[in-house]
Amino acid sequence: MSIERFQDYAREQVLVFRRTLFAFCLIVLLCILLGARLFYLQVMTHDVHATRSNNNRISLQALPPNRGLIYDRQGRLLAENLPNHRLSLMLERIDDLDATLAQLKELVDLSEDDIQRFHQQRQRPRRPFSPVPLKNGLSEEEIARLATDRYFLDGVEVEANLMRSYPHGEVFAHALGYVGRINSAERRSLDNRLYVGTEYVGKSGVERFYEEALLGKPGSQTVEINARGQILRVLDQTLPTPGADLQLYLDIDLQQATYEAFEGRRGAAVAIDLETGGIVSMVSSPSFDANQFVIGYNSAEYAALQSNIDLPFMNRATRGQYAPASTIKPFLGLAGLESGATTWDQRIEDPGFFQLPNDDRIFYDWTWRIRPEGRGAKIGLEQSIQESSNTFFYHLAYNTRLEGLHDMLDRFGFGRVTTADVHNPARGINPTRDWKRERHGFSWYAGDTVNLGIGQGYMLTTPLQLAVATAVMGRHGEWFTPRLLKDSSDQSLLDALPEPPEDITLANQSHWERMEQAMVGVVHGPRGTARALAQNLDYQIVGKTGTAQVFSIENFEDHDSDDVDERMRDHALFVGYAPRDNPRIAVAVIVENGASGGRVAAPIARAMFDEYLRLPPLAESGVLQ
Amino acid sequence: MSMRLGALAMTSGHSGWSKRLHMDVPLLLMLLVLLAVGLVALYSASGSTIHVQRQGMRIGIGLLAMLVLAQLDPRTIRFGSLPIYIISLIFLVMVLYVGTGAMGATRWLGIPGLFMFQPAEIMKLAAPAMIAWFLTQRELPPRLWHVLASLVLCLFPAFLVVQQPDLGTALLIIASGLFVVFLAGLSWLYIAGGLLAAVGTFPALWLLVLRDYQRQRILTLFDPEKDPLGSGWNIIQSQTAIGSGGWDGKGYLMGTQSQLNFLPESHTDFIVAVMAEEFGFIGMALLLCLYLAIAARGLIIAINGRDTFGRLLAGGLTLTFFIYVFVNVGMVSGILPVVGVPLPLVSYGGTSIVTLLAGFGIIMSVATHKKL
Repeated sequence: MSIERFQDYAREQVLVFRRTLFAFCLIVLLCILLGARLFYLQVMTHDVHATRSNNNRISLQALPPNRGLIYDRQGRLLAENLPNHRLSLMLERIDDLDATLAQLKELVDLSEDDIQRFHQQRQRPRRPFSPVPLKNGLSEEEIARLATDRYFLDGVEVEANLMRSYPHGEVFAHALGYVGRINSAERRSLDNRLYVGTEYVGKSGVERFYEEALLGKPGSQTVEINARGQILRVLDQTLPTPGADLQLYLDIDLQQATYEAFEGRRGAAVAIDLETGGIVSMVSSPSFDANQFVIGYNSAEYAALQSNIDLPFMNRATRGQYAPASTIKPFLGLAGLESGATTWDQRIEDPGFFQLPNDDRIFYDWTWRIRPEGRGAKIGLEQSIQESSNTFFYHLAYNTRLEGLHDMLDRFGFGRVTTADVHNPARGINPTRDWKRERHGFSWYAGDTVNLGIGQGYMLTTPLQLAVATAVMGRHGEWFTPRLLKDSSDQSLLDALPEPPEDITLANQSHWERMEQAMVGVVHGPRGTARALAQNLDYQIVGKTGTAQVFSIENFEDHDSDDVDERMRDHALFVGYAPRDNPRIAVAVIVENGASGGRVAAPIARAMFDEYLRLPPLAESGVLQ
Repeated sequence: MSMRLGALAMTSGHSGWSKRLHMDVPLLLMLLVLLAVGLVALYSASGSTIHVQRQGMRIGIGLLAMLVLAQLDPRTIRFGSLPIYIISLIFLVMVLYVGTGAMGATRWLGIPGLFMFQPAEIMKLAAPAMIAWFLTQRELPPRLWHVLASLVLCLFPAFLVVQQPDLGTALLIIASGLFVVFLAGLSWLYIAGGLLAAVGTFPALWLLVLRDYQRQRILTLFDPEKDPLGSGWNIIQSQTAIGSGGWDGKGYLMGTQSQLNFLPESHTDFIVAVMAEEFGFIGMALLLCLYLAIAARGLIIAINGRDTFGRLLAGGLTLTFFIYVFVNVGMVSGILPVVGVPLPLVSYGGTSIVTLLAGFGIIMSVATHKKL
């Protein structure tokens, strides 16, 4: 090896040595850099990361309470919580959502609505790794299919929970109400501490009124979870307090019979137990299936119901405000007697109309047509109740004056809310002079008083109010607290029920008996407006029919209901209680456009009486305590 | 100067068996300790003995490769550099057409189920060897065109690897080539120029070469909270794991971040976060010291190499080994973007362990073949 070559080699060796040394220094520096970074993370900011690591691992989870159950008068379930299997997706674990959805469509019956709702839900803010529901109510078969394919479906979960269910969803839809998913407005207004983990809230009816009691109190648990949100260990637990169970006066058999008696016609009926004042039936027809609100209505179905001209969602029993028509006459009769405007012995001539002094306006009445004597007969209060004579009541109202009428109607609960626990009932209108001036800007005319005499004009009442007033009539003025709640596992609910309004004491208490006798004649008298009802009847019904004008017919000499368009026909009403000897139940029935109270509304009332009197009497104590 | 070199010459461990087997005992011992620590960490990170068994098998294959390569004289390796490089290039091209792969990347060649390998891994050794051979054919320090030719020699295979796509491996191939050129005495002027050019071409690289997911990874580095459930998740969770380890760690198998699966890829690229969580800063400091010691030993072997080729190759491979450590720990601790670089000799994954140990075989060969 030559010297040059060797020198060359030595020079190279030095060069590489220097470079290697330099590289080593660089390596040391980089090592220090890494060490410094680790020191920063592990020592200087350790607390931050330790906290974050614990937050990762430890999760505080809400344990939603089981909603209270609701029973009927006889202790049968009206609202229960059924196990539900829900298909949910944990989006953080799904790479290709469309592919997963397509795959799931093969396995379970997914509607467009399910998918649309899912997409809406997943846009909302939520905790990471919290599942987004896709479909409720999986069948056993679907669960089995999902279980088989579980390993190909990462992020797809089947959760078990409890879901509100109404075994008699359609019949009780209005009275009982329903729970529905908490919407965003409710989310803001509800106390979130009570609703953590709860997805449903009472939207109407009993479910709404007793929401607070039915809900219960949520518990919580501290759990260790893994990154997939699976619970590994429960570290600490506070159990939830289940909601209070309720027993209602409502009776499944009676409710069913009432609903069926309507045969789908528009209308409402309310029945009140006379011994207790409990509301034993409250029907609004047509109805809908309350369960659909829990599961989530299919949007087309919902839209169809929403725009249905028959307004199935409306609770006619509590929110429907109708002119009481002639059903108001017994109450006004008492007003007339009490004020001294009339007596049982007074007789007036019925020319077929009534005319105010110094006024051209004529108030017609066709009752004379059914009388053998025809026009011009002398009639009294009892006959006027049975035949439903308008002329007599025009006179009576005119002579009693508005104040006398209003006062008596008020004592029977018209124009105000007397029920203890009915959700959002309409107040109705028991008009006064001030009310009219304020509401319509006109002063009260004498003609308005005359119209009020036959339950037309400004007065409006709900079927519920009519039933309550009829029950008070049946108890001869002794008030009670109209209510749905019979018993509860939470005694405080019963304690919270308000005192009944003040009893109605007449100057002459024998008027009650006479009025009852007059009303018996409505059904059992030879010219009673509901005499058809008396056939095959083994008990006596105390009642009154009513036929409310839907549009003004004052200026028609005559009109035939059959010729009028169905929706222009008169509303048919009936109020009454039975049996006369030992009254047990009072009812109010209204059939919209039913045309005739005696022919259409009264048979529904009869069906309710028959059914209720067949049932065993109310047990004294409830099933829950 | 030769005196100083003599002082650094190795005298230790020349017992009979190590000499016969051409093993450098300090390096071998440190590697074995690291491999053992790696298996222990892998058991915690994967939670299964299956992973440990498979990794053990790969380590066995790797040690065998190391042993075999250590027997070769560096001269033999030098003569083999060019053909192996060319064959590797052909393999890399083949991968793009007949390769198999998983998760959107095609990296494997061979007969599925029987014999599979990643040509890119071979290139990690072949490229620096080729460049070392190329440069030592000429006078050092390299001239400009030598440098440019060397760049082509490592950039071309890297370009092929990027097509797979495997950015991490491509960068490592480039790095291994550049280390060799640097050790060969690349002019500081060129280095400065190269750095400037790199900064200058970055925008073009950003727009034209990098793919969406790669850009996302770099962006995520600067603001992981922006997408805490998506691309930021890995970084946030790994930093949380590391940071929550504290001084002395949560204890072996007690790391909640990894045991409860908050840490993604905890047994592969992010295994260092598991170790940091369970063994704490003290454990990490020891681990870094071990890596530094292995690298130091590799560099000492390099400067004591018999010829320039051996020195350049041993030095280049050692630096590449270390850059694995730096990039991996850097990305897991959040100072570098997430590129798929494993923690060398520790992360679960077959080919990289075999390649790395084979590389150490070459270093051993340089260490134990001294006589001219």
